[in-house]
Amino acid sequence: MLDKSTAKGVFINGILNENPTFRLVLGTCPTLAVTTSAMNGIGMGIAATFVLVGSNAVISLLRNFIPDKVRIPAFIVIICAFVTMIQLLMQAFVPSLYESLGMFIPLIVVNCIILARAEAFASKNTVFLSAVDGVGMGLGFTLAITIMGCIRELFGNGTIFGFNVFGQGYDPMLIMILAPGGFIVFGLMLGIVNALTNRKQKSGKEDAV
Amino acid sequence: MKLYISTPPHIRTNKDTKRIMLDVIIALLPTTLAGIYFFGYRAAIVLAVACVTAVLAEFIWQKLAHQPVRTGDLSALVTGLILGLNLPPTAPWWLACIGSIIAIILVKQLFGGIGHNFMNPAMAARGVLIVSWPALMTAYTLPSVFPALDAVTSATILSDAQVAANYTYMDMFLGNIPGSIGEVSKAAILLGLLYMLIRGVVSWRIPVVFMGVFAALSAIFTGDALSACLTGGVLFGAVFMATDYTTSPMSRLGQFIYAAGCGLMVALIRNFGAYPEGVTFAILLMNIVTPLLDKYIKPRIYGTKGAKKNA
Repeated sequence: MLDKSTAKGVFINGILNENPTFRLVLGTCPTLAVTTSAMNGIGMGIAATFVLVGSNAVISLLRNFIPDKVRIPAFIVIICAFVTMIQLLMQAFVPSLYESLGMFIPLIVVNCIILARAEAFASKNTVFLSAVDGVGMGLGFTLAITIMGCIRELFGNGTIFGFNVFGQGYDPMLIMILAPGGFIVFGLMLGIVNALTNRKQKSGKEDAV
Repeated sequence: MKLYISTPPHIRTNKDTKRIMLDVIIALLPTTLAGIYFFGYRAAIVLAVACVTAVLAEFIWQKLAHQPVRTGDLSALVTGLILGLNLPPTAPWWLACIGSIIAIILVKQLFGGIGHNFMNPAMAARGVLIVSWPALMTAYTLPSVFPALDAVTSATILSDAQVAANYTYMDMFLGNIPGSIGEVSKAAILLGLLYMLIRGVVSWRIPVVFMGVFAALSAIFTGDALSACLTGGVLFGAVFMATDYTTSPMSRLGQFIYAAGCGLMVALIRNFGAYPEGVTFAILLMNIVTPLLDKYIKPRIYGTKGAKKNA
């Protein structure tokens, strides 16, 4: 078992054991909506990671000052500050990505991964551990939605990160970059991850015996 | 004389899955042959590819998943055949392949195999194909009676009133019109329905209510109910796809609501929707409603009629 009190344990936990997308099934809205291409996936992931690290650190810093009754509004205000930052930064430096992600950048505010980590982790742990948790969870999210973006872009457009994979003769399977394709790929990925996890747990038990 | 002590049921029928599927295949034969007659060898190739892929996909999946191989119950063959009949005769071989794999693996086996699919596999596969490759799925050709080799492409009657003017009601009834392989010949479909009704494979309720509601609404929306019923895939859908056991309600009232909903959705999509034909999405929508209908309208348990309700 991973030790959740060490930085390494917290970091790995976010990417594998408690991967926000495939294990906790949080943040499914951006997972389904923006993964029409690998680039969108990675852009969304990095933006969410930035917000997650910043908000986790600040919330952890203020955890003893925020009154319990108003903690959710307080968390939201802190998260909003970081979302505004990343929104302005993306608009200035990567305008094309900003255009293609559109509404989903301001919607990071209500991304349940960020609020869940603030509530479940950052408000109970030290600043350093909270920041590490933000990085781990953020990278787990980025990894998951980039994989989904790659799969959907590959079948729905014949490319990965814009590079043509299948050649000119490929007639793209449009459904993969439309909404039903998002649900199909998400369902299949959840199934595969569950199967792998079950297998790992079984073999782990046999080892213990 | 030997006496056995056993648990019920004591009376068994010889109607098993294989026998029912065989009846469905026999009922599909007239429309299959009509499709091959009107569209030639291309149609035969599409049908063959769809059937072989469906059976192979089921066989390989059950081998890989260490399940008992049940391709012998013919259900995969029926799915493949119905999917093939839903494709245009110009469909490339890989389209039929992908369709069959989606129907068997994604819609049927991943949800638990026969009897557990929440949508009609062939219908769902057709839905995926028509969303993914709309141009290929509507590349209809004029009927070219066997064994002509060249096919002339044509718009479907549904999307073009001028094309519709070229055909008489008799052409539409016999199947001498552009369309998907299995849907063109209404005469052959009705022959299949008659066989299934005589054999008791399906009840009259779903096809009759489906077509009745659709015809009534078409008369209101377009003024020509006969032409609406004789074009597109609505009759094929009502007879062979809406009647699927797994994805239609169990109770009589549920079946009436389900069939009326199908007819309503087809009429709405055809007249007000973005697609010229709405049978696929109408049946898929009502497939999803089916568990709800089964939850609230339960069939009466045999032997309980008139029994007083216990508080």
